[in-house]
Amino acid sequence: MAKPMDQITWQELETGAVVVEVGNSTQYETGSWRSERPVVEKEKCIKCMYCWLYCPEACIHQAEEGHFEADLKYCKGCGICAAECPAKCITMISEEK
Amino acid sequence: MAKVRKGVEVSIAIADAVAQADVDVIAAYPITPQTHIVEHLSEIVADGELDAEFIPVESEHSAMSVCCGSSAVGARTFTSTSSQGLALMSEIFFIAAAMRLPMVMALANRSLSSPLSIWNDHSDVMMVRDAGWIHVFVDNGQETYDNIFCAFRMSEDPEVMLPVAVNLDGFILTHMIEPVMYEDDELIRKYLPPFKMKNALHPDNPVSMGCFGMPEIYTEAQMNREMGVRNSYPHIIRAWDEWGRLTGRHYRPVETYRADDAEYCIVTMGSYGETAMEVVDTLREQGEKVGVIKIRLWRPFPLEEFRKAALGKKHLIVLDRAISFGTRGGPVATELRSALYGRPGAPSVVNYVAGLAGRDVSRKDFTNIILQGKQKAASGDTEGFTLYGLRG
Amino acid sequence: MAKTSVSSPKNVERAEYLAPGHRACQGCAEVLAVRLVLKALGKDTIVAMATGCMEIVTSPLPITSWRVPWIHNAFENPSAVISGGEAGMKAMMRKGKLPQKKINFVGMGGDGATADIGFGPLSGALERGHDMIYVCYDNEAYMNTGIQRSSSTPYGASTTTSPAGKKSIGQQTQKKNMVEIAAAHGIPYVATACPSFPFDLLDKVKKASETPGPAYIHILSVCPTGWRIQPSDAIKYGRLAVNSCVFPLYEVADGRHRLTYRPSEKKLIPVSEYLSGQGRFRHLTDHDIEQIQARVTRDYERLVKLSDQE
Repeated sequence: MAKPMDQITWQELETGAVVVEVGNSTQYETGSWRSERPVVEKEKCIKCMYCWLYCPEACIHQAEEGHFEADLKYCKGCGICAAECPAKCITMISEEK
Repeated sequence: MAKVRKGVEVSIAIADAVAQADVDVIAAYPITPQTHIVEHLSEIVADGELDAEFIPVESEHSAMSVCCGSSAVGARTFTSTSSQGLALMSEIFFIAAAMRLPMVMALANRSLSSPLSIWNDHSDVMMVRDAGWIHVFVDNGQETYDNIFCAFRMSEDPEVMLPVAVNLDGFILTHMIEPVMYEDDELIRKYLPPFKMKNALHPDNPVSMGCFGMPEIYTEAQMNREMGVRNSYPHIIRAWDEWGRLTGRHYRPVETYRADDAEYCIVTMGSYGETAMEVVDTLREQGEKVGVIKIRLWRPFPLEEFRKAALGKKHLIVLDRAISFGTRGGPVATELRSALYGRPGAPSVVNYVAGLAGRDVSRKDFTNIILQGKQKAASGDTEGFTLYGLRG
Repeated sequence: MAKTSVSSPKNVERAEYLAPGHRACQGCAEVLAVRLVLKALGKDTIVAMATGCMEIVTSPLPITSWRVPWIHNAFENPSAVISGGEAGMKAMMRKGKLPQKKINFVGMGGDGATADIGFGPLSGALERGHDMIYVCYDNEAYMNTGIQRSSSTPYGASTTTSPAGKKSIGQQTQKKNMVEIAAAHGIPYVATACPSFPFDLLDKVKKASETPGPAYIHILSVCPTGWRIQPSDAIKYGRLAVNSCVFPLYEVADGRHRLTYRPSEKKLIPVSEYLSGQGRFRHLTDHDIEQIQARVTRDYERLVKLSDQE
C-alpha cells in the first residue's frame, strides 16, 4: 500500500522513482467519481459476460449468486454495461437518493 | 585479446574497448567526428568478434531512446555522439539520467552550430551540464581506452546507476594515432562484473518506470536524484582505484602537475592538459613557478579535491573551451569561481576561452595565455573572460 | 465477418493486466482498448508507452495500474525505446546472460505520439525489423492536453486548435493514413481494430504477437470527452464508425490487404449517422457531410477492391 503522494520522503522513493508495487492503483477507489450506478436484475442476467468484456475499469465480476455486477469501489458509472447488455437487465440509477 | 601495446587511432581503441567490455547493445547515428568509433564497432559485430546488437538508428534522439530501452532491460549499452547529435538527443539525455539508466557514451566533443562546425570544443558537453550524467574528461588515447572500462564499472555499480560520458576532444583525439596499451581480456573480465540491474524490466518483475510526478512528489524525486549523483562520488573513486591497482594507471577527479609548489596554475579539461604540461616544463626552466590543475571529473564536481589543489595559490588561469552567452565567464571558470568564493586562500581567477571550433592553440599560445594571464591577475584584471586569438 | 478464434466473452482471457483505480474518464474506450490488447498478449509482455492519456491515467507516482513491466520515457519515442528493449533482451538471451523466453515487446502511443511527433522514430523502428508490436490508440486528437488537433484528426472535426468557426470547417485536412504508411514499410503485419469489435481486435493482436518482425496495429479509440458524446455510447460509436466504413477493419499481412469485416447491407449506415451525434461534428452542413460520404465511399471501395484482388 503506497503512502499518500504528499507524505513520501525522498529517501522512500526507489532509485529512478521506479514503482515496484505492482498494480497498486487498486488503492484509489474511483467509485467516488460516479453520479449514477448500474443496477442488475439478477434473474434476467444471462451471464454472457459482455458487460465484463466492455468495462473500461475491469471492475465487473461474477457475484456469488452467479450474475455479473460492477464493483462499486471502482465503478465510475459510465453506463457502458447498461448500454451493451444484450438482455437489457442493467439500469443506471442516480446516486442521489 | 592478450595484453599488447598498439599504435592505434583513438576511435578504434574506443571500439576495441567496447568490444572487450562485452557490450550487448550499441545504438548510434553517424556524426563527425565520432564516425570511426561506430564504423569500427559495426565491423567488429559484422565479423562476429563482438556478439552484440548494433542498432543503426534513424536519429540521435532515437539513439538515446534505444539506449534507454536497452538499459532498462539490463543490457550493457553503449553509444557515441557529438555536438548537434547531442543537442538533438538532449531531451532523452536528461531523462536517461533521471531514470537512472546505466550506459556509457563516448562524447567526441565538438562545437555547436551555428555556424556549423565539425571541429572540437566543449560547447556540446557544456550544454548538458545540468543533466545529471557523470562526466569524465580524457587527455590522450590511453586515458580514453582505460576510461571506457572505468565508465562501465562506475555506471553499472548498483550504488551509482547513472549514465557516464567519456569526453574526448573531437579530431584532436578521435582521429589521432596514439600508443595504447591494450589490457588482456582476463583482466577486463576481472575488473568488469556482469551487469545486474535490480529492477530491470522483465515479466518476472513487473515494475513501472517513468511514472509522472505531481507537484506533491516531484521535489522529493529530484532530491533522491541529486543524492544519487552526490553519493556516486566514492564509488567513482573506487572504480578508478581498482583500475589503478590492476593496471598501474591511476585516475583521480583532479590531477595536478608540478602544482604543489606552484605560485599559480593553469586549469584545463581534456586534451589541452597535455600541451599545458609541456609548456609548464619550459616555463619552469625560465623560473616561472607555475603548475597545471587538470579537472578529470566534471560531474559530480570534485569540490574538495579542487579546493585542495587551488586554495593557497595566488592565481588560476582557467582555460575554457566554450562560451556561455551573456555571462561573465566560460562555464568552467564560472564553476571554479563559485567553488572558491569566500574561501580563505582563494586564488584570483583569470579566464581565457581558447580553441573554439578546433582553432589551434599552439605551445606559444599557451605560453602567452599563461604569462598574460599572470599579468592580468597581478594587476587585478580578473573580470569576465578573454577570447584568445580573436581578430578585431 | 472473418471467423475469429474467440467469439464469446467467456473464452476471453480472464486475467487483468491493467488494474482498476486508473484515472481514465468515464466511458474511455482507449483504456478499454489497452485492457483488451494486454489480454491478448498475456503476462510475458513489456510495454513502452508514450506520454499521453494512457500514460497519465495509469501512472501518477507512486501509483501504477500496470501489472506487466512498463516504461514511459518520453512522448515521441516508445517505438525506439521498445526496440532497444527488444534488442537488449535478444542479445542477452543469445549470449546466455538471461534464460530464453518469448516476450512481447510492445510500443504504445496515441495518434499524436504516432502520426506526428513520433513519426520518425516509428518509421525507423519498423524499418529496422525488430520483433515488436506498435499499437496506436487513436482518439483522433491530443486529448490529454485538451483536445488539440493531430494529423489523425478527421476532416471537419472541431478541436481546440482547429475549431469550427465562421471561416473554418474545423480540421481542414484529411486524416493521415498511418495504416498504409506502416504497410508501406513492408512489415509482415498491419491491422486496424476497434474495441467495439473485441474478438476481431483480440485476434489481430494475437496474430501480431505470433508474427516475427514488426507489427503495427491502429485502434480507433472512442473518446466521449473529446468527441462530445455520452460515455455510455463509447462502444456504440465505435460500431457506427466501422459500419459506416469511416474506419474499416482490415489487415495487411505480408503486403496483402484483407478486410476482416464488411458491414452487411443491413448493417451498413451512411456517415451522417456516425457524425451527427458527435459534438465535434455538430457544425457540419449537409453539403459537408455529402463530401465526407463521397470520400469515405471512395476509400472503402478501393479497400474492397484491394481485398478482393490480393
